[in-house]
Amino acid sequence: MGIRERLSGNEAIAYAMKQINPDVMGAFPITPSTEIPQYFSTYVDNGQVDTEFIAVESEHSAMSTCIGAQAAGARAISATSSCGLCYMTEMLYVAASDRLPITLAVSCRALSGPININNDHSDAMGVRDSGWLMLFAETNQEAYDNYLQAMRIGEAVDLPIMICQDGFITSHAIENIELVEDEKVKEFVGEWNPKHYMLKKGEPMAVGAYATPAYYIEAKRQQAQAMMDAKEVIKKVGKEFGEMTGRTYGLVENFMMDDAEEAILIIGSSAGTAKEAVKKLRAAGKKVGLVKIRSFRPFPSEEIVDALKNVKAFAAMDKDDSFNGHCGPMYAEVCASMYAAGVTAPKGINYIYGLGGRDVRVDSIEHVFAELEKIADTGVTGETYRYLEVRD
Amino acid sequence: MKDIVEIRWHGRGGQGAKTASLLLADAAFNTGKYVQGFPEYGPERMGAPITAYNRISSERSTVHSNIYDPDYVVVVDETLLSAVDVTAGLKEDGAIVINSSKSPAELRPHLKGYKGKVYTIDAGKISEEELGRNFPNTPMLAAIVKVSGVVQPDEFVKDMEASFKHKFASKPQVIEGNMRALKRSMEEVQEG
Repeated sequence: MGIRERLSGNEAIAYAMKQINPDVMGAFPITPSTEIPQYFSTYVDNGQVDTEFIAVESEHSAMSTCIGAQAAGARAISATSSCGLCYMTEMLYVAASDRLPITLAVSCRALSGPININNDHSDAMGVRDSGWLMLFAETNQEAYDNYLQAMRIGEAVDLPIMICQDGFITSHAIENIELVEDEKVKEFVGEWNPKHYMLKKGEPMAVGAYATPAYYIEAKRQQAQAMMDAKEVIKKVGKEFGEMTGRTYGLVENFMMDDAEEAILIIGSSAGTAKEAVKKLRAAGKKVGLVKIRSFRPFPSEEIVDALKNVKAFAAMDKDDSFNGHCGPMYAEVCASMYAAGVTAPKGINYIYGLGGRDVRVDSIEHVFAELEKIADTGVTGETYRYLEVRD
Repeated sequence: MKDIVEIRWHGRGGQGAKTASLLLADAAFNTGKYVQGFPEYGPERMGAPITAYNRISSERSTVHSNIYDPDYVVVVDETLLSAVDVTAGLKEDGAIVINSSKSPAELRPHLKGYKGKVYTIDAGKISEEELGRNFPNTPMLAAIVKVSGVVQPDEFVKDMEASFKHKFASKPQVIEGNMRALKRSMEEVQEG
């Protein structure tokens, strides 16, 4: 029944990579994800994996390496954070549109400036429209579990996948974890047998060709279809993973939502802190709940509408800002989902929080619920675009 | 032990407070507990004040914030008493453990009226004598184990011996020095 260990989130990801033994890793170091290729390169050096480890001169090259390798028929991986992810952006679009199911581990970190090494989701959210699947983890355990599911999901729909966790908060914290035995991992992940690849004998092909206006939009429509199809795949793989480990995953996790009147939507490590706030408030008789978004791409619009349709008030918590003058990205997509489904009764507000590693405490979340209670009681939403715990 | 024990470490960059917090997490993990061990990261440089944390519990804690109301505080460098509010939020039924040659009574006036227990241990001296260098983190680790009881002392000693044997397989003389430092620290820690 699993192996009891204690690992940091970065160690857990490197360990998952070792168990999977992919063909190629292209990597360039950046805090706080540096440890992932560092630990993995030790496994390469010790002969515990036979991965081709390619140390490149930039993140742009790291992703280019992965694209070349994956197109040739290999399983390719990388890891990055923050400005490194920004620097990959051009190639992220290429990977997605070439339909190459590369796996990228992201230890999420703020973007400059002011320069800052700590956690928020600005890096990952900045590339949310690049066509990658994106799963977020609350804990080291979830980062590991998501990584073991990543290739099954990406390869089923021919899309690359990002496995995101919170830089430092989970990437560098030692916590208990239950590892899956090597042979079970190998069986669960399986081999990648692409139908088409560049080194396939007798089937010469081009990857990344020019598309004229007569073809381009059809290629994009197919990418959109793959993203829609991924929802069922994520649920199916998450269920199978649960049958193996007892830890079942879906697109979202609903926590104490059944009769909730006030709810927050949240991503990543702060969901755990928020669960503690929900438990405290429940113990005091408040009908509160939480929706944790695991899959941001594809966006679980139906699941969110279903969870929120009966609440009186909700707060979408964005650990990044769109700087559009009115809301962060999660709030925008939650509201679009609700409106499209014709659900307009719940009052919704947006909090931008935790930027650049600002600590998110149980009290911080209790404050959000206190605001939601006021909105639910009075029916007055007030300002929808709010910053949590910021000095004026 | 309570269901959850929260510990905050204060040290200076380079003294090993972060490593000590990870070692404490390891020791508690080995006795079947759920653990968290994490430092607060910032611009790291030798000598700058740093903070590290432990949560040790019988059920997994889902909280991922820093610790504001610790049960115990460990101060690896006495000079921090004038630079950092080390007793901030510290529970009165808890304790503070300070690396110092002074007695608890001498240091209490510097603790902003903290009413709980104060312990001191001369970790620098123990380290100099047993290891030949000032590595205060091993004796401080032993002192907090003794004071907090988060791990049974004999289990802790056995566990640390195994881990030193693994870590210093090629340097057996270091193992003995570290073990003596641990045991002395558990005996010499003073309550006041």
